[in-house]
Amino acid sequence: MRDANESRAIQIEELTAGFGSFTAVRQVSLRIPPNKITAIIGPSGSGKSTLVRCLNRLHEEVRGAWMQGRVRLGGHDIFATDVDPVQLRRRVGMVFQRPNPFPTMSVAENVVAGLRLNRWGRPAGLDDRIEESLRRAALWEQVKDKLHVSGASLSGGQQQRLCIARALAVEPDVLLMDEPCSALDPVATFKIEELMKELAEDITIVIVTHNMQQAARVSDYTAFLMMGEDRAGELVEFGPTDRIFTNPSDKRTEDYITGRFG
Amino acid sequence: MIRQLSRPHRNRGDRIFQGWTWLMAATVLALIGLLLYELVLGALPAISRFGFGFLTGQTWNPVSGQFGALPAIYGTVVSSLLALAIAGPVGLLAAIYLAEFAPPWLDGPLSFLIELLATIPSVVFGLWGLYVLVPVLRSPIETTLHNTLGFLPLLGCTPLGLGMLAAVAILALMILPYVTAVARDMLRAVPDDQREAMLALGATRWEMAWKAVVPYARSGIVGGMMLALGRAVGETMAVTMLIGNRPEISACLFSPSYTLASQIANEFTEATTDMYVSVLIELGLILFAVTLILNGIARLLVWRVRSKS
Amino acid sequence: MTMNHYRWRKITNVLMVGTATLSATLAALALIAVLAFVLVKGVSALNADFFLRLPTPVGVPGGGVANAIVGSLIVVGLAALFAVPVGLGTGIYLSEFGDNRFGDLVRYLADVLAGVPSIVMGIFAYIIIVARQGHFSALSGSFALGMMMLPAIVRTTEEMLRMVPNTLREGALALGVPRWRAIVSVVLPAAAGGVITGIMLAIGRIAGETAPLLFTAFGNPYWNTNVNEPVATLPLTLFTYAISPYDDWQSKAWGTALVLVGLVLIANLIGRRVWRNVGAQK
Repeated sequence: MRDANESRAIQIEELTAGFGSFTAVRQVSLRIPPNKITAIIGPSGSGKSTLVRCLNRLHEEVRGAWMQGRVRLGGHDIFATDVDPVQLRRRVGMVFQRPNPFPTMSVAENVVAGLRLNRWGRPAGLDDRIEESLRRAALWEQVKDKLHVSGASLSGGQQQRLCIARALAVEPDVLLMDEPCSALDPVATFKIEELMKELAEDITIVIVTHNMQQAARVSDYTAFLMMGEDRAGELVEFGPTDRIFTNPSDKRTEDYITGRFG
Repeated sequence: MIRQLSRPHRNRGDRIFQGWTWLMAATVLALIGLLLYELVLGALPAISRFGFGFLTGQTWNPVSGQFGALPAIYGTVVSSLLALAIAGPVGLLAAIYLAEFAPPWLDGPLSFLIELLATIPSVVFGLWGLYVLVPVLRSPIETTLHNTLGFLPLLGCTPLGLGMLAAVAILALMILPYVTAVARDMLRAVPDDQREAMLALGATRWEMAWKAVVPYARSGIVGGMMLALGRAVGETMAVTMLIGNRPEISACLFSPSYTLASQIANEFTEATTDMYVSVLIELGLILFAVTLILNGIARLLVWRVRSKS
Repeated sequence: MTMNHYRWRKITNVLMVGTATLSATLAALALIAVLAFVLVKGVSALNADFFLRLPTPVGVPGGGVANAIVGSLIVVGLAALFAVPVGLGTGIYLSEFGDNRFGDLVRYLADVLAGVPSIVMGIFAYIIIVARQGHFSALSGSFALGMMMLPAIVRTTEEMLRMVPNTLREGALALGVPRWRAIVSVVLPAAAGGVITGIMLAIGRIAGETAPLLFTAFGNPYWNTNVNEPVATLPLTLFTYAISPYDDWQSKAWGTALVLVGLVLIANLIGRRVWRNVGAQK
């Protein structure tokens, strides 16, 4: 059991990444524990998004992007030359800032898009997977009668949970969430936060948020990033969320969470 | 600090797919290259035989092997410029009306009509010109002009109906929707604060349109007119049907003339010798060069307006 | 003095707004006149034979343009068969992989191609197909028309694909989908409406082209479905009939014009309908 969990741990070692001549994050090292929720907070421009986008190597799809250092998932270097980023992304799912259901696909097709787009034809057992994923995303009851309407016709909160279901359907070990609630109202935000806590029982969640209350509410661990002298983001502090928010060891963290700047 | 640039990893499917799209793009490139190459190669015998004299020669006699392109060049330039001289102001005024004064409900139907007319084939305009426009032109219009103002060289020759004036009229009609559409888009792209600033100074609505909106969009409107000119220059069928098809230079508006495009259209299948074909290909090359230059200038002007707004 | 000047400005205003209104009205009326004549004169030339029969020799009444209708469909269909895959592929390349010098070059030359006069495209097809083969053919006509379609398809495909939000591409990539599959199954379907509209509009535009066919497809008074031989097409038949001295042929020219305009309009309306449906979905 212990070993199974360790395969979902992420070890970031001296990660530096950027675009062209711009460095977005510099020399970040931290260990994201398995089956926990880790929040990444910091002022805008501190490289939070770039950092998580390195974890599924989506960063390198942007033109001019580069990265160096090491990221290990379950002990294996994901930057190694023999790692196919396409395969990696099936283990490390992602939910984006704005809900992005595929507009030409129905609710059901959206959920299993990750499964179907990887092979020709229709794999067996898809219907079960649709229901299971939607249930895990706490969306089944609302959409079970409209599985064949366009995914774009759901409300914003439902669309975001559809995107979570879509990520869950490929059974990832890690779920990256890049400000998943910033486009949602408080009720929808609350539902997503409840959902995250349930999901953390068997997957590792990394959430980027600019909302400190959200980080405090949902996360087990918190990493605080800030811009260094040349605007490159650096890790200021990392630790259990309780401690970061009650007894930060770095003055800058304290200033930030008490709202003294930013 | 050494920066290791990561290259996006590409799996086999990605490489095949990207390779296929690249191949298609390269095909387009190759076809355009081939187009230029074949045109130049085809025109080469005529170019080396007649040299620059081809551009200034006025005699066109395939039987004796004498070829001069000046009548066709003259006819092309004059017919296009005159057509623009008519369609340009009318199109601009129509565009000002559409962009500044028209009630909103008119916008949909009129835009639709303009787009519709842009799709009507040139040969249909030619048919209409031949059987509707030319009879009206011959009499009363040309006959009256000739009888009253016939002492002017411009109107001195016998009105035949078919000729330069008919070609100019049909070309003007054909490029009118185009001039109007482009000018309207350019006027629409002018920010509202320009209008409000002018009105706030106590300008009338016309003064606002003419002194604030039109100058702001000036280079785009000129660009649109250059594009229209490019179309008129390359226009073939309607002109071939109406211009009278005679390779002569005449100051008279009623006299039959020729354009580059219509001369090619009429004579290509009749060209019996290799040199004759080569000469016609050279006409095509000249036509291509003229439209290329016009379109280049036009795009530059339009692009400047679009990037400004 | 000031008052007089103001009155003068007001008069100018009324006069010029009136002139602008008149210009728009005149332009609209002249163009409506073209359509009205085609409609009225065309309808009287139409009957069942017109659509079903071959042309009759001069002096023999009756007959139709059935061969030209079929010929036009063949020539335009083949042109699309050539231009759509190449144009689509190029558009995908430019949008998804084309932010480089090669892409800029293709983009620029496709713009140049869009400005090539149609008669020049006919010469090109003549040189590389007709002159080499030694005979006119439907195929060479299709090639000339296909070349004319290419730039429009390339441009709309690139524009429509670029309008698809990047979040959709990333959404698919984040699911562990290969890039090519993300483009084919997510990005292209999202842009399909606009792309199909662009293709239909391009087809509408070339369906009426005559000049490139003069010395490629050439025309043919008989039935022909062999793409390697000369074939009759609506625009060329219209041209031949229009400049003929016979009343019967001239009347058929109007009928042909109506059929041609009808086909072009149908292609346009289909294109616009697709676009509207997609627009409503979003």
